[in-house]
Amino acid sequence: MRLIDVIGPVMIGPSSSHTAGAARLGGLARRIWGKPVSRVAIFLRGSFAATYKGHGTDLALVGGLAGMLPDDPRIRDSFREAKDAGICWEMKSETVDGAHPNSVRFLFSDDSGEEMEIIGSSIGGGAVVLTGIDGFSLKLSGELAAIVTFHRDEPGVVAAVGGALSKAGRNIASLNLHRQGRGGNAAMVIELDDRDIDGLEPLIKATHPAITRVLAIPGGGEN
Amino acid sequence: MWSLAEIVRSCADTGLSFPETVMARDSERSGMDPRSIREIMDSRLVDMERSVKEALSGDPRGKFVGGDAALMGAYGAGHTPLSGTFAVEASRIALAVSTYNASMGRIVAAPTAGSCGILPGMLFGFGSAYPAPRERLVEALTVAGGIGQVIARRATLAGATGGCQAECGAAAAMGASALVFLQGGSPEAISHAAALTIKSIMGLVCDPVAGLVEIPCVKRNGSLVALGAICADMALAGIRSAIPPDEVIDAMRSVGHSLPESLRETGTGGIAATPTGIRMKEALL
Repeated sequence: MRLIDVIGPVMIGPSSSHTAGAARLGGLARRIWGKPVSRVAIFLRGSFAATYKGHGTDLALVGGLAGMLPDDPRIRDSFREAKDAGICWEMKSETVDGAHPNSVRFLFSDDSGEEMEIIGSSIGGGAVVLTGIDGFSLKLSGELAAIVTFHRDEPGVVAAVGGALSKAGRNIASLNLHRQGRGGNAAMVIELDDRDIDGLEPLIKATHPAITRVLAIPGGGEN
Repeated sequence: MWSLAEIVRSCADTGLSFPETVMARDSERSGMDPRSIREIMDSRLVDMERSVKEALSGDPRGKFVGGDAALMGAYGAGHTPLSGTFAVEASRIALAVSTYNASMGRIVAAPTAGSCGILPGMLFGFGSAYPAPRERLVEALTVAGGIGQVIARRATLAGATGGCQAECGAAAAMGASALVFLQGGSPEAISHAAALTIKSIMGLVCDPVAGLVEIPCVKRNGSLVALGAICADMALAGIRSAIPPDEVIDAMRSVGHSLPESLRETGTGGIAATPTGIRMKEALL
């Protein structure tokens, strides 16, 4: 643990996992959705569902979805700001076997018919991890900028993407590959040292025909 | 590598101060350059000071808590407190900041949100009694962080894993070491102040009423500042923990692991499970 993580983060109380972590999860889900949030269903799991009111977990999640960082005092009144920003949300609880005690599922949708499901957990001290996007299991902290590819499990995808990043002069901090079975659907999470993600999405998409979709996610966590 | 004994030895070998050693080691491990670490630690102190000001200027309320800092302030102004003016002032600040946290105030988790009043109480309580240059308070905060890093690595800083000893207990230990540093104590005394504090809170359970960071968290913030202060005084007096500080921290980890789940932040044991605690929870829902 870094010194600045022991003395930190700076946050709106009362709970690093239930408030600061919730704001981070909302913000990270918003970055992955990648456009202004219009409709989102929020499903609380475990202790999030049990104690969200007393910890302001609901305010923090919605604040994060509206772009507020964990130390933004507007979180206290985030519902009003989110409504003004045109965000429509509903908050529900759900029970899922084996779910992390502090976790949440977001279901985004918009008028164009696009939908996205994002699942994440607050793992302590305000740190978070996303564990699922659209049915894929993966691990993504959102601290560094990241590329997520969805592709068919075929030879050469990792090499093609790695080569393109290398040519672009980008250093890979971590790389994780997840597949649903040999030759089946696969996802790859690549964390980058550099925060800039401009132009990476089309660049990566064009590297290999097996790649069906690419998400480029800006890094966060400056506090 | 994560050891208080090693930090103390390294201070002796290099001639660097305790905070300089902590900073150098952190830079080595995190890859951040020392100047940016120092800048962020400085901004943490600014944010901490701001949380103290905001907490004391209003009358923050949580779902259950509120008003304790004002009571302590009035008492401190009208009496010669038994436990000394420093302890009462530190307690007033700790109660205020911790209550402010419960009211969704903006605080610095140090090391956690539930224990966020303790370090501000001890550092700014010291600052009001013994004017210290700001740079010195940043160094003291670095000392506290260095102690917290070792506790995080050898034990834990999460109540859900180790009970309240890992949150308010750790904060008090970190603050005790910071106070010893501020009073010019040796690196050895700094590390023993932490050990003496941890031995006094060994086994402290995390038992929040209704699962909220309010009861008993706020009052533990208000009382453990005084425990940290007396342990700092003991270390400055030359008293040493018979068990080496690293071993004390290791014991804290084992004790945390032995705690049943009901006493690790689930709100189902201890104070939370008293008839009144249960009634309060039911009234809230």
